[in-house]
Amino acid sequence: MIPSDGTDQLIEPFDEAELAEIVRDAADNGRPLEIAGGGTRSFGRPVDALATVSTSGISGIVAYSPNEMVAAVRAGTPVSELQAALDDANQRFVFEPIDHRSLLGTEGEPTVGGMVAVNASGPRRFVAGACRDSLLGVRFVNGKGEIVKNGGRVMKNVTGLDLVKPMAGSFGTLGVLTEVTLKVQPKPETEATLIVRGLLDADAVAVLAHAMATPNDVTGAAHLPELVAGKVLDGALGSEQATLMRLEGFESSVNERAEKLKALFGKLGEIDQIDAPQSRRLWAQIRDVAPFADHPDRPVWRLSMRPSDAHEAVMALRMKAGASAFYDWQGGLAWVRMEGGNTMSGLVRKTVEANGGGHATLIRATESERRFAVPFQPQEKPLAILEYRIRKAFDPQGILNPGRMVA
Amino acid sequence: MIVTAIQFLKPDPSILNRRDDILSSLRAVLPDEAVVSDPVELRAFETDGFTAYRRLPLAVVLPSTTQEVAAVMEALSRQKVPVVPRGAGTSLCGGAIPQEDAVIVSLTRMSRILELDYPNRLARVEAGVTNLSISEAVSADGFFYAPDPSSQLACTIGGNIAMNSGGAHCLKYGVTTNNLLGVTMVLYDGTIIRLGEGELDAAGLDLLGLICGSEGQLGLVTEAIVRLIAKPAGAQPVLFGFSSSEKAGDCVADIIGAGIIPVAIEFMDREAIAICEAFAKAGYPLDAEALLIVEVEGSDKEMADQLGRIVEIARRHDVQTIKESQSATEAALIWKGRKSAFGATGRVADYICMDGTVPLSQLAFVLKETGAIVKRYGLRAANVFHAGDGNMHPLILYDVNDPAEREKAEQAGNDILRLCVDAGGCLTGEHGVGIEKRDLMTHQYNETDLDQMIDVRAAFDPVWILNPSKVFPLEGRGESDGGRAVAGTSDATMEAAQ
Ligand SMILES: Cc1cc2nc3c(=O)[nH]c(=O)nc-3n(C[C@H](O)[C@H](O)[C@H](O)COP(=O)(O)OP(=O)(O)OC[C@H]3O[C@@H](n4cnc5c(N)ncnc54)[C@H](O)[C@@H]3O)c2cc1C
Repeated sequence: MIPSDGTDQLIEPFDEAELAEIVRDAADNGRPLEIAGGGTRSFGRPVDALATVSTSGISGIVAYSPNEMVAAVRAGTPVSELQAALDDANQRFVFEPIDHRSLLGTEGEPTVGGMVAVNASGPRRFVAGACRDSLLGVRFVNGKGEIVKNGGRVMKNVTGLDLVKPMAGSFGTLGVLTEVTLKVQPKPETEATLIVRGLLDADAVAVLAHAMATPNDVTGAAHLPELVAGKVLDGALGSEQATLMRLEGFESSVNERAEKLKALFGKLGEIDQIDAPQSRRLWAQIRDVAPFADHPDRPVWRLSMRPSDAHEAVMALRMKAGASAFYDWQGGLAWVRMEGGNTMSGLVRKTVEANGGGHATLIRATESERRFAVPFQPQEKPLAILEYRIRKAFDPQGILNPGRMVA
Repeated sequence: MIVTAIQFLKPDPSILNRRDDILSSLRAVLPDEAVVSDPVELRAFETDGFTAYRRLPLAVVLPSTTQEVAAVMEALSRQKVPVVPRGAGTSLCGGAIPQEDAVIVSLTRMSRILELDYPNRLARVEAGVTNLSISEAVSADGFFYAPDPSSQLACTIGGNIAMNSGGAHCLKYGVTTNNLLGVTMVLYDGTIIRLGEGELDAAGLDLLGLICGSEGQLGLVTEAIVRLIAKPAGAQPVLFGFSSSEKAGDCVADIIGAGIIPVAIEFMDREAIAICEAFAKAGYPLDAEALLIVEVEGSDKEMADQLGRIVEIARRHDVQTIKESQSATEAALIWKGRKSAFGATGRVADYICMDGTVPLSQLAFVLKETGAIVKRYGLRAANVFHAGDGNMHPLILYDVNDPAEREKAEQAGNDILRLCVDAGGCLTGEHGVGIEKRDLMTHQYNETDLDQMIDVRAAFDPVWILNPSKVFPLEGRGESDGGRAVAGTSDATMEAAQ
């Protein structure tokens, strides 16, 4: 645990070479390092390290060519800086990265490296892929202090082992990212969201599955149960259940598809449509888990399951523990807040297992809960052994963010 | 000896001497008919789509279940016998070519579709199922499996995963790795692991991402969970003829830059147009220097809208010919020419197919240089490739019975791949490294980069029995492959000539 008496040391290398030297030195001395980007994504287990290495000095957009829709960016670059450059060229991230600040009550600037390290993805993930799917290339410093590159800047690349994908979502435990290359995309001309009201979870998920089985290119599919619906757009939706379908593209195409979906689901009652500015705000709030930003003392879980299974697990949790939930990704991503204040990790994991499997991650909890509740899904033994060996291949001494993912 | 000849690891005599013991250990865990050891029958497995090289394996096994695969791996790893996993054997980089001291584990008997889950839009299949048969199984219900390699009639999903295969429609839907939700995999020692239950992101480190494209070196995939996608309302290809490759290349860049993402943008040069037209009679313009097939999807109105925008861009680049398909038959014909490009080329000459990928801005330059390179070697090339993502496929034409010409073709190919890397691209976009590009890996990656991959590989297979001749240059492995490369290599072409 980081002592609070001031012996915690903050190191801020200004480039990749200096970072490599610092890691090499730490490896030589068997000294663990905590890796920090903007420090806004404080989930996972707390790291036991006396020194923190910040990537904030390794910053800046290296190359961004809108024509090729590829951006190479140093890891410490604020996400907002890249976002602004994308806005200027009327482009965007494909994967709609979640900003964890409001949910976790953290402050500071999220960095591109941190975004990649946690594989931060949002509502569009279920059709357009996660951060890892947009990640074309990486440079990182491994646990031996070596500078490694993998992948590149082209859309298709199968040259050797793909180390790019495992770097995404490895929470700084395999290497310290120094530069990433991301595929980006043009912004659509417009968007709109259709809202079906009054459906129970199971029916809502069935409606979303039906929509996804049609060729209408729905790029957001979420369900806000009763009361949760009142927590978005300043309450403009009212508290009645809201099942949401987002359409993006050229205006004529969005309108045409909206009409088709309305015809398809017309028998379920009046279907509301909200236009682009509101729709954008709404999906940003769903992406950032805004409905659960309040009551910061109550733990929040993220369940990732087959879409038709997750609501069964949620139902069981509601009955046994007192939980609120809402769904994204057609129902496959359930955000669950434990209203009783306890993490109930045993119950949560058992419930996921009993309802078709998948995994549960404890996203919001106190530091001591995150230490003892095992935030990431524990793995079966053969897989755990394999992962251990893979970690050793990157970081033989286990000095990078030790304990963050597995104790 | 031919200088370009690709080396294989020298067969381990102690393994060859133990052949009978090894065979009986395999028969102990498999039905007799699932163990092939007759040299005549083994011939069918001596090469893959990279036919210039061939080797007879020690034996071939045809397991029917994950448990049988596990038992085989347990037996073979105990005896330290190399293993070459194999699907349909359509690899274009020699990924599935065996070696004399290796046992081929063929997954083709494991070809069942185990689960179709439409509400969750996924299919769970065995690894030996062919790519096309997944789409066929779900087509009537309005779905398809998106990655569509031209070899989709034959190639297996296990091979697709091992190569991270792509296809014409990957521009919009991504390649294999973007469409994979889970696998069951047998590790080198027979351990069975399962990743993913059908949720969008499997727990823990992204091992699925690591396994995809690992060319049979991390384990044997026996089952996969893949994503299904609802079929579009309609699809329409349009054909554009240009007076130069530069104009076609610039047109591609502008289409993408305008925010229109067609499902496919395919490119052919004059040579390829002539070859494909002669074969498919698709009505390709023979006077064009370059041809683009652009496919859009959606309702009639949406397609008309998108095509309007695309035609406008093409006009800005002096398009000479525009041919919109008016019917499903015409659309099929336009695609037939493209999809049969490799086969049609094979009818006029032997060829090797390159697979480098370059940034879109470099397309026209690399095409021109490619032309100059093959000319320098006194050869011809036909270019037909996925232009939307910069994945080039120059087919270098040569005569396989002329050793000198074959050597030139291989050298020209190597020069082209170096060119792709130097232009900011990579050696291979979808076909894999195999043996073909193994020795060029050092051009793209330095020693540290390669060592990091090798260390990860060793985490899965510490004894290096899985497809050991492939991907990583034999030189520079040191002892990291258990001393296999140090023990020596042998020349494959001389074997082939025997
Ligand atoms: C005419 C033609 C057209 C082609 N077009 C395309 C194209 O458009 N796009 C494209 O990407 N490729 C294309 N290819 C290349 C080839 O079809 C792909 O690489 C395909 O994925 C190979 O599948 P397969 O079942 O034939 O695998 P194989 O050739 O049998 O094996 C390929 C590799 O995968 C490994 N492997 C096979 N099965 C498994 C398993 N179950 N577990 C672990 N490892 C395994 C093998 O060891 C080998 O390294 C084409 C090939 C031909 C001949």
